Amino acid sequence: MEDMIFYDRLQFAFTITFHYIFPQLTMGLSLIIVFFKWKFLRTKIQKYNDAALFFMKIFAINFTMGVVTGIPMEFQFGTNWAKFSELTGGIIGQTLAMEGMFSFFLESSFLALFIFGEKLMGQKLHFLTGFLVFLGSWASGWFILATNAWMQHPVGYEILDNGKFVLENFSELFSNPWLIPAFLHNQFASVVTSAFVVASIGAFYILRNKNLEHGRLFLKTGVIFGLVSSLLVAFPTGDWNAKNVAKYQPAAFAAMEGIFETEDAGAEIVLIGQPNMVEKKLDNKIAVPNILSFLTYQDWNRQIAGMDQFKKEELPDNIPALYYSYHIMVGLGTIFIGIMFLAAFFLWKKKLHLIRPLLWAIMFLVPFPYIANITGWYVAELGRQPYLVYGLLKTIEGVSPTVSSGNTLFTLLGFVGLYLLLGLLFLILVGKTIHQGPKPIKH
Amino acid sequence: MELFWYIIIALVLAIFFVLDGYNFGTGIIHLFFAKKEKDKKVVAKAAGLFWDFNEVWLVAGGGMLFMAFPTFYASVFSGFYLPLIIVLWLIVFRAIGLEFRSQFNNKMWTSIWDTSFGISSLLLALFFGVALGNVVRGVNLGGVEDGASLYEAHYFFLPLWDSSFSPLTEHPGVIDWFTLIIGVIAVVTLAIHGATWIRLKTNASINEKLKNVIFTLTIALSFLTVFSLIIWQIVNPNSLNNFVEKPYLLIFPILYLIGLIGLFFIKKIKKDVHSFIFSTLLIIGGITSSLASIFPVILPSTNPENDSLTIYNTAASNYGLSVAFNWAIVGIILLAIYIIIQRRLLKGKIDKMDYGH
Repeated sequence: MEDMIFYDRLQFAFTITFHYIFPQLTMGLSLIIVFFKWKFLRTKIQKYNDAALFFMKIFAINFTMGVVTGIPMEFQFGTNWAKFSELTGGIIGQTLAMEGMFSFFLESSFLALFIFGEKLMGQKLHFLTGFLVFLGSWASGWFILATNAWMQHPVGYEILDNGKFVLENFSELFSNPWLIPAFLHNQFASVVTSAFVVASIGAFYILRNKNLEHGRLFLKTGVIFGLVSSLLVAFPTGDWNAKNVAKYQPAAFAAMEGIFETEDAGAEIVLIGQPNMVEKKLDNKIAVPNILSFLTYQDWNRQIAGMDQFKKEELPDNIPALYYSYHIMVGLGTIFIGIMFLAAFFLWKKKLHLIRPLLWAIMFLVPFPYIANITGWYVAELGRQPYLVYGLLKTIEGVSPTVSSGNTLFTLLGFVGLYLLLGLLFLILVGKTIHQGPKPIKH
Repeated sequence: MELFWYIIIALVLAIFFVLDGYNFGTGIIHLFFAKKEKDKKVVAKAAGLFWDFNEVWLVAGGGMLFMAFPTFYASVFSGFYLPLIIVLWLIVFRAIGLEFRSQFNNKMWTSIWDTSFGISSLLLALFFGVALGNVVRGVNLGGVEDGASLYEAHYFFLPLWDSSFSPLTEHPGVIDWFTLIIGVIAVVTLAIHGATWIRLKTNASINEKLKNVIFTLTIALSFLTVFSLIIWQIVNPNSLNNFVEKPYLLIFPILYLIGLIGLFFIKKIKKDVHSFIFSTLLIIGGITSSLASIFPVILPSTNPENDSLTIYNTAASNYGLSVAFNWAIVGIILLAIYIIIQRRLLKGKIDKMDYGH
């Protein structure tokens, strides 16, 4: 049984990690594309329209990848987590089916129109189709986060004698206190990713000394979107989420922050340190006293429960992974704010395109927002362990009863091979699009 | 409510097979008949233009199935574990074949992705047919052995095939001679459908030849249909009882028959859209007849110890289904609007359309 659940979890983690590379870009990028198209409508300057069309190409490649890697996610609920599907399908099936019905149809039908329809329907309608694509992609995020929020903090349900969860109150699914902070945090984080991608392509063009006018536009837009969104990710949405975790999942909160022992006179915030699970302490710790209590409760001396307060089976089963994911996410988020702040300063001084080391940094930092987003997702999922539905249904109770670990291992290896190929092709395709660049400007 | 959702989901899946079905069929035609590069390009384009929109129907249908009949979803998806995962891989292969073939102007590159698109389309059509065959044949629910269930009464696990390859043994696999024939029927049907779609949407030079192809395939399909009805009687002697008891269900096989007969006149049909309608009837009639033959069962149990899965014993709570009914009505109206706008703007032959991202 242990073995079986290990491969099932690994397979889900692997496929969702790979999948999440794509929607996080499309969600943020659709906003930036709408911005470019809007600027074009207002100014009639051609380069804005070129920029919108250029990023639409990158959006389309990512969307395709998101679709083909997303279908397995939906299937896996049934194939690998059949017991979970059977018990909770009446509830999370609602939000997942709504995603298909409302957002996915919207996104895919208007994406085709946005790509093919510029000449057919005129600029205003073309802007509208772009806006609907943006709406569809954010609605998608909303329904997925609503599904996840229910697993993190179940609401509006009733449990029958046979263990099945049935829906009791539909509107509670969308007024879940977990949902809005998680959604906003996630959406702004996806804007960070796409802002870095846009800025990075701009920096690349400037460093290569080609497509200069577009390069500067991309850089400027990317930096402004990047600064605003990375600030919003940290505050208020990140802070709000952390408070939610402290309130609803205190055991996960203690593990994330690396608090092994409860301090009565206020908790310190750990900047660096490695969890030592044998001696139950942090090695090489650098910490600032009392800050965590203040950040969480606005009270310097408030007690925060450490891991010693919980039974072993209530604690997340992989504390170091959770702790590191959380610290990587927070650390990278801080670095993004710093870099974007610096870049914005030089942008304001109109010197950014001359500061080559900063351009190189912006260009090469592009994988890191992806890492921050993915580790952020890990924090949510590892923090919820050992439960699938927090406090109510253990992960081990949700796995398919008839599928043996050998089958899961086989299909896991298949997915690894297939996704390696897919990733390679994706890079070739995006590389080609960037190399071709936007339509050259006629003077 | 259960019945409403059953009809809606059956409808969504039928639409998926009509829409994505022409992509599978286009792939099969592409594999066997498109020899010149110009034709290959046009045929691939006929499939590539809408595939992601068509795929949405699968995702939406899957989501609704999950919501409305969670026990069925859990049972079938874990029971057919291996074939379903293979279907997933094929879907990925087909999509990348379509998306990537025109990206580089290199003979080896395009022929790799053409083959990938063609073979995965063929195998997908085969697998979907096999799946339908499994659903009407039934499975050993609960994995009963010597009168005792190995798991809970609605769980099972099927291997890909059993060494005897027969549907009549105690433990048939996913593929046996019965389901394989249903699979072949699906391949032929979808090949016809793909051919009528290519004729409708393109001016490829193979279009004249495709008339003969459709005609030959229609003859083959007629023989296969009769043959399958006979072996179906062997596998499941009660298979046609539903139609005797509820004669109004005969409307579904009649749809299939109209489609089949219509296609015999392919050489006389003037408008391409008419032949496309006939092949659409063929698909819708085929799927609905199969479902109607076992209704209200959705997965028959082949052992007497466990009950078959029906739309009633696998459904979610009535409250959940009614809430979803309300939002589904809104969704269907919105969807109709999306589709009307999209199809109006993208109508006509696609040869001249600027496609490829």
